[in-house]
Amino acid sequence: MSLTIIPKQELNNFIGSVLRHYRVAGPVETNGHYVFDMISDPAELKLDYPTTILPPKKYLLPPSETLFHYDLSGNNRVQPDQRAQPTVIFGVHTCDLHAIQLLDVVFSSGHADPSYLNRRSHALIVSIECLAPCDEHSFCKSMGTLTAEEGYDLHFTDLGEAYAVDIGTEAGDNLLAENADASPASPEDIKKLSAVLSEKWPKFSYRLDFDLSDLPSLLSLSMKSPLWSELAKRCLSCAACTNVCPTCFCFDVRDEIELDLKHGQRVRIWDSCQLDMFATVAGGHNFRQSRALRLRHRFMRKGKYILEAHGHLGCVGCGRCARACVVDITPVNVFNELYHQQES
Amino acid sequence: MVVTVNYHPTVGLPRIDDQLFIPQPARIVNIEQLTPLEKVFTVELPNGQSLGHKPGQFVEVSVLGIGEAPISVSSSPSRSDSAFELCVRKVGDVTSALHSKKTNDRIGIRGPFGRGFPVDKFRGKDLLFAPGGLGLAPLRSLINQVLDERALFGRVIILYGARNPSELLFKYELKDWQERDDIELHVTVDRGDDHWTGHTGVITTLFSDISIYPRNTVAITVGPPVMYRFVLIELLGKGISEGNIYLSLERRMKCGIGKCGHCQINNIYACQSGPVFSYKEIKGLEEAL
Repeated sequence: MSLTIIPKQELNNFIGSVLRHYRVAGPVETNGHYVFDMISDPAELKLDYPTTILPPKKYLLPPSETLFHYDLSGNNRVQPDQRAQPTVIFGVHTCDLHAIQLLDVVFSSGHADPSYLNRRSHALIVSIECLAPCDEHSFCKSMGTLTAEEGYDLHFTDLGEAYAVDIGTEAGDNLLAENADASPASPEDIKKLSAVLSEKWPKFSYRLDFDLSDLPSLLSLSMKSPLWSELAKRCLSCAACTNVCPTCFCFDVRDEIELDLKHGQRVRIWDSCQLDMFATVAGGHNFRQSRALRLRHRFMRKGKYILEAHGHLGCVGCGRCARACVVDITPVNVFNELYHQQES
Repeated sequence: MVVTVNYHPTVGLPRIDDQLFIPQPARIVNIEQLTPLEKVFTVELPNGQSLGHKPGQFVEVSVLGIGEAPISVSSSPSRSDSAFELCVRKVGDVTSALHSKKTNDRIGIRGPFGRGFPVDKFRGKDLLFAPGGLGLAPLRSLINQVLDERALFGRVIILYGARNPSELLFKYELKDWQERDDIELHVTVDRGDDHWTGHTGVITTLFSDISIYPRNTVAITVGPPVMYRFVLIELLGKGISEGNIYLSLERRMKCGIGKCGHCQINNIYACQSGPVFSYKEIKGLEEAL
């Protein structure tokens, strides 16, 4: 849609106005790290953050989420959980934006997931263009997520004195019109935006040693690679990688009973294919008993299975799993090593 | 992202259902203890609704306060207008809670889910059923549907194996099937007891005694993963084609709707594309068996 300009000194007014109508989540600093959190004051936002520990996925698929409440004392009366609150997620990087687009496909295809779609339909996403790599772990350029053309309601690019704001949807257009004193971009603004975007590109490096379009077939050829057992010797199956991943969406379903023993709820909580019970069935058979098989499953899912099932890659190159891994197992190294094994 | 897209063709059409995770309040109308570990629960949905399942499909059974577990439907659609049967082994939290339920107690039901047996494709064929252990529970649904439409099918051969005589399921039906002259039933147990006069040995020992016309035979086998490898060798050895061998893959489906990931076999969700697959479909899938 169209391009608009907000002067930087106007930003706090915009967010302050949005806060009167919505919950606003965004990147904030805490103990030397950055996390997405609900803000109450626009000054809390750190839009030039490098990356966050957890992705904004948590607002659409919370770590723990009540599916319904029930009452055990009466007739097992069941009540669905209350509806989601309108939320603006501010300052989403484009890697995370691509991840949300995958989640949208996953949760709206086949049996559409009412819980996810309820939260999603109440969320507006304001993304921001990254102008420099966040750290040595990210590889967004290799995964094609260094920028985004869709998936946002509004998309911000820092032009120095002002933000260029791309309007992605009608909802984004309304959010801007109702809360900000924005002006249409002038030809000079567009020229400046173009310069900023051209300047950022060389600052990011390609980190995969092969073309991304070869990743699924590389993984197909790597089912029997010895690398999986080698990595399994140091993998701890701790599930840190899947916990911080913006595209991991697997969950467990559990019942929780209140201490009054009369009320309870069914919840879904994030689960991980790296944990040994994940693929175990009632009789005790585990279809991915070894760490090597679980590790392989995760990388296959990221670069092949999810693509085949849902049409989007399961890895967006955010680097969070590499940062979180205590034994330094990283997707860039794994994919490159598989590639060089095939080459040799 | 610039990569070629291959949507999996068997994933169902989109539909939105606000009640997707909410079980229907169902009533247990009858409980029958089959073996020390297995009970059959006859279950009724509210307002006389029919479950509307196909043989091979499963439901998610809820015991509120304990949890939910996927259980395959054991009764034939041809015999379950207003009630259906679940044969449940007491093995985990939910199934243990289920075993402590009494007639008229309420449980929750979601489903039916998944892809069942392609019964239409079986018409006119000789059918070789090979259930092992609890595998008879889902296969009984198909077998009874076939028996209710007996004229539409060729030979019906059932090779059933259990670990010992006390673990044989649905003994009264086995007796009926034994007495019918349009069913060839062979039963074996791994280890007999003092009263056992039948065949002894694992299920694969039954195959050498039967002769079939492989081109017109469809084989359907349901059992534990370890059994499949050996039964498949027998079936392929009889000349049955990979596309005419069907099996049901057990997984711990937590959602039943292709989201939670627990039933994933490579790029396939067993709860959506399965649990019934032809051997041809899963042959290339690592971790399927």
